[in-house]
Amino acid sequence: MSVNHGSKRITTGAHYGLRDWLAQRITATLMASFTLLVLVQVIFTSGPIGYEEWAGIFAAQWMKVLTFVTILSLLYHAWIGIRDIWMDYIKPLGLRLFLHVASLIWLIGCAGWAVQALWLL
Amino acid sequence: MTEAARKRPEFRNINALSDLPSYRLPAAGWVSILHRVSGALMFLLMPFIIWMFDSSITSEISFAKFAAAFNVGLGFIPGWFMKLVALAIIWAYLHHSIAGIRHLYMDTFHAVTKEFGKSSAVVTLVLSLGLTVVLAAKLFGLY
Repeated sequence: MSVNHGSKRITTGAHYGLRDWLAQRITATLMASFTLLVLVQVIFTSGPIGYEEWAGIFAAQWMKVLTFVTILSLLYHAWIGIRDIWMDYIKPLGLRLFLHVASLIWLIGCAGWAVQALWLL
Repeated sequence: MTEAARKRPEFRNINALSDLPSYRLPAAGWVSILHRVSGALMFLLMPFIIWMFDSSITSEISFAKFAAAFNVGLGFIPGWFMKLVALAIIWAYLHHSIAGIRHLYMDTFHAVTKEFGKSSAVVTLVLSLGLTVVLAAKLFGLY
């Protein structure tokens, strides 16, 4: 086992701490709660759900704020998960760094699109 | 030479082609690898998920386009294929959520016995696949 702590830390490591592990669980709890919140509103809508009913769920300001928090949670949660996958399977440093950057661009781009859609409503 | 300093056998990674096909996973192993597969799948399909969110809430016209994509298709992509992709996302979300709740439960209550590991893994697989079948029937208009 090669030394990868202290001054030998790998550029693409995980900062070797508890923070990301905890962050993944907190963001997961936030997203699960948000899912239940949307699900409850869908279930308690009477009649068929068309555009008015569906968009109405996300239209209130408090719901927009919660949706925004969920999008950011998703961004952070997915980043930790995908980074773990690259760290497990991709060993060459240059390729791993490239994939990390590509994943970040992908995720931040997606989050931007989702936020734009949300606030145009 | 002492016992500890002698060269010990070294076990390298298993070979993906010759070892993996005969490697039988226990239920918890299936939950674990599918947790990763479902997460990666949702990561890759994220633009499609956001497209669904965007088109379904932006306007009445975009909502109609969103619905038509699944009922009649979108460009050269047939509607049934769109539904199949949506179903893949539904399964991934269900499995990832339920396996995640299992993780949180184990973290919180330190429930890490071998028996609980197996029984909760079986529950995760049955629930996620069962709910996927129920929602698939709804998606393809069986009820």
